[in-house]
Amino acid sequence: MTDFTDEQIERYSRHIILPEVGGVGQRKMLDARVLMIGAGGLGSPAAYYLAAAGIGHLGIVDFDTVDLSNLQRQIIHSTERIGMLKTESAKKTITALNPDVNVTLYNERISSENIRELFQGYDYIVDGSDNFATRFLINDACVMMNKINIHGSIFRFEGQATVFNPQDGPCYRCLYPEPPPPGLVPNCQEGGVLGVLAGIIGNIQAVETLKLVLGIGKSLSGQLLIYDALNTEFRKLTLKRDIHCPVCGDNPTIKELIDYEEICGTA
Amino acid sequence: MSVKVRIPTPLMKLTNNQAEVTAEGGTIADLLNNLESQFAGMKERICEENGAPRRFINIYLNEEDIRFLDGDKTKIKDGDEVSIIPAIAGGAV
Repeated sequence: MTDFTDEQIERYSRHIILPEVGGVGQRKMLDARVLMIGAGGLGSPAAYYLAAAGIGHLGIVDFDTVDLSNLQRQIIHSTERIGMLKTESAKKTITALNPDVNVTLYNERISSENIRELFQGYDYIVDGSDNFATRFLINDACVMMNKINIHGSIFRFEGQATVFNPQDGPCYRCLYPEPPPPGLVPNCQEGGVLGVLAGIIGNIQAVETLKLVLGIGKSLSGQLLIYDALNTEFRKLTLKRDIHCPVCGDNPTIKELIDYEEICGTA
Repeated sequence: MSVKVRIPTPLMKLTNNQAEVTAEGGTIADLLNNLESQFAGMKERICEENGAPRRFINIYLNEEDIRFLDGDKTKIKDGDEVSIIPAIAGGAV
């Protein structure tokens, strides 16, 4: 029924012996299709662990190349790969770790033009993007295409994570109806980030993805997890679907995808 | 009422890097005015000119978003905790 090779039974033995996973769960992971937006701070740890877990189909969207200043946190890349496309570098690491994973690369900047095509064929979208324009675009496309959005973001010593599941909870615009105007909130590299914070939040995104794939536990849908690294505090706040939400509300006003102006100059 | 207010990283430069401050008020609106009197510039960062919180910043009373309570008229009682949570974008770069 689950059809594993001897090598797979050994590779995934610590999963298979978990009653919550078993052979059936491992098969679900091998059949799952997950799209990573960004192979950067959040995407690196998330893709790395999802690959180790045996997520069978991983898509990776990124148009950037590996830079020395990335390596403080983007652990899927390495010093010898500086200048290489991040997608290519990520694939090398993933394939070396687990040849079971089929990796599909999209060396593209995500926009309203290509996002539907990118999302088609994937059930779970892991948002590891670095700017509001992309985050709002990802959200709107997920709502319109009924995809689950596993969200994470980081700033200095603080991170946020949640799951936006169009089937049972709020979306990003229920939280924040519109992106902030340039200059009012820090974006991208501004202010810096503790490298390992990306690891914590990216891995929370990986755990949430696996739980959804396996259908176990209680997802972060409807809750915003806030991690304060300086004070070692995790807090959960309640998120509610907003019936007036411009995209997932009862009378949506946003019916087309919007390309907001990139607030971050370098992304 | 005197309550604990959680200050998000982007606003900590206004509070001398304190992540947690104490403020007073019977409602969220009073509390925001009290914060402004302690930390000049705070209200402008959190609210639009008409006094409503900006659309990319949410205010939580304990675990609940005040937009789903009584907005800035939401009443505060002793022992409550208020959190100011802005959207943050960082991730990949």
